[in-house]
Amino acid sequence: MSIDQDLVVPLYRAAHARTGDKGDRANISLIAWHPQLWALLVEQIDEDAVRGRFAHRRPGRIVRHLLPKLHAMNFVIDEVLDGGVNGSLNLDGHGKALSFLLLELPLRVPRALVPLLAGPPLEPDESNNQTGDKR
Amino acid sequence: MNRTPLRIGCAAGFSGDRTDAAGPVVDALIAAGGPAVLIFETLAERTLALAQLARHDDPEAGYEPLLDELLRPVLARCLAGGVRIVSNFGAANPPGAARRIAALARELGLRAPRIAVVSGDDLAGDAHRGLLLDALGRQADGLSVVSANAYLGAEAIADALLAGAEIVVAGRVADPSLAVGPALAHFGWARDDWDRIAGATMAGHLLECGAQVSGGYYADPGYKDVPGLATLGYPIAEIDADGGCVITKPPGTGGRIDEHTVKEQLLYEVHDPFAYLTPDVVADIGDAQVQQLGPDRVRLSGVRGHARPAQLKVNVCHETGWLAEGEISYAGPRAEARARLAAEVLRERLHGLGTLRADLIGVSSVFGDDAGAWAAGLGGSDGRDVRLRVALQHAERRQAERLAREVTALYTCGPAGGGGVRTALRRRLGIASCSVPRERVDAGFTFLPTGAGAA
Repeated sequence: MSIDQDLVVPLYRAAHARTGDKGDRANISLIAWHPQLWALLVEQIDEDAVRGRFAHRRPGRIVRHLLPKLHAMNFVIDEVLDGGVNGSLNLDGHGKALSFLLLELPLRVPRALVPLLAGPPLEPDESNNQTGDKR
Repeated sequence: MNRTPLRIGCAAGFSGDRTDAAGPVVDALIAAGGPAVLIFETLAERTLALAQLARHDDPEAGYEPLLDELLRPVLARCLAGGVRIVSNFGAANPPGAARRIAALARELGLRAPRIAVVSGDDLAGDAHRGLLLDALGRQADGLSVVSANAYLGAEAIADALLAGAEIVVAGRVADPSLAVGPALAHFGWARDDWDRIAGATMAGHLLECGAQVSGGYYADPGYKDVPGLATLGYPIAEIDADGGCVITKPPGTGGRIDEHTVKEQLLYEVHDPFAYLTPDVVADIGDAQVQQLGPDRVRLSGVRGHARPAQLKVNVCHETGWLAEGEISYAGPRAEARARLAAEVLRERLHGLGTLRADLIGVSSVFGDDAGAWAAGLGGSDGRDVRLRVALQHAERRQAERLAREVTALYTCGPAGGGGVRTALRRRLGIASCSVPRERVDAGFTFLPTGAGAA
């Protein structure tokens, strides 16, 4: 591996998130841990990435709202909650856990930005783990 | 215009929140010395329908069941210290809640507080039937309506405070309006001063979920560490005369307030951040900024506002049937295989009752979809401690009850070693949303007559 090669880390290293719900619509905020990580999110975590991550829930419209002054973005995902808290059979009908589904998306990070990532120091083998899943 | 800042503390973010949060908030408000308001937000979307059902059974019920627990510890301090109280804990019966508060004050040996009751949100009666049918359109077909409430704005709350209310009891008002009402009354802003009202609206938005802005619902060990989750301090917004605010919390309490906790809550349940719709204003946080001023002190600025919507949102809660759930645990060798076999047995026994959701708790559950696409994609994983959980919805109670019986019967008829059966059956409520012209909703307030609430 060359010294300037990007690392691939789970998204939760670069951002945090919270899910809210209204009916069958979820919104998931995604907030960069550091202003310099924001551009990576804008470039890589787009509507298509989110659609892929939530494909098993057959979402309808997905809109990404960018908030550059907050170094944040807000995803609004329609018809992703099987009817929502009043219609779904899911234990978590609100979809509150879904922020952590989003946060396992892989993110490519230039080595220069690695010191800005959150969490414990990266394990040598974690840098190429596509999902961040330690199983 | 009054330039003195207004402090608003929030001591509950939903019905079921901690009931011991208010004490430190009230102490901090009184210690700060300026004008102050305590709010409780206790009314999620379905809470009002559940309250309406409670009121059907008991005409004096239908308000926040924990009203006493919320108020008893702080009512004396608020009345003595000049901290006014504003809440939607009236739910389906604001006059009943007001009478109960008057009685509580008497029980505590306090003077009678001036209590205002906000009215106009309840549209379930005959007088509004035509309005609702028009607004719902085809959604109205076949609805068994439990409750219908418009989301009122801040004006009735503001007017009640200006008229001298010490406690304002509302039913359905938009959550941020609990803060906007006191701000309107205190600062004397024009009712179309959209930027300032939008600022107060987002302050109310940050407060309305209680500790969710001060470290609650945030912690993730190793990534997002929060001290003192067991003793979280609930938030206080210091609102200035221009609608900006600083979010803080009582000294000596647990939790944390930093730019990240504030950003998470700022976007919570927001859809379009450039147009956050409330009855009071269309708030725009596209240019908003948060800035840490010191420990547990974060400033929100740059919120803009646009003219409020001409329509008010109405939620109509209606009965949709019954949700049946059952669980059973398997552990040790081949536990997951035994749980999967139990799910197959239930599918065969309950065939024809509609979608049966099956979760293998410990292997996969809440990320999955009702149709099971997620679970199918995972395949088997040899889980050794698995709790099978099944759920279905049915319009008829007797049919839904069959699920509980079949899960229980797994004790003798299911795979080996299953234990710990639990079952639950609960009424399901759906929500149909519509909007009505604001002038068709008669929002206002009345004072509780002196002597009301006598035992």
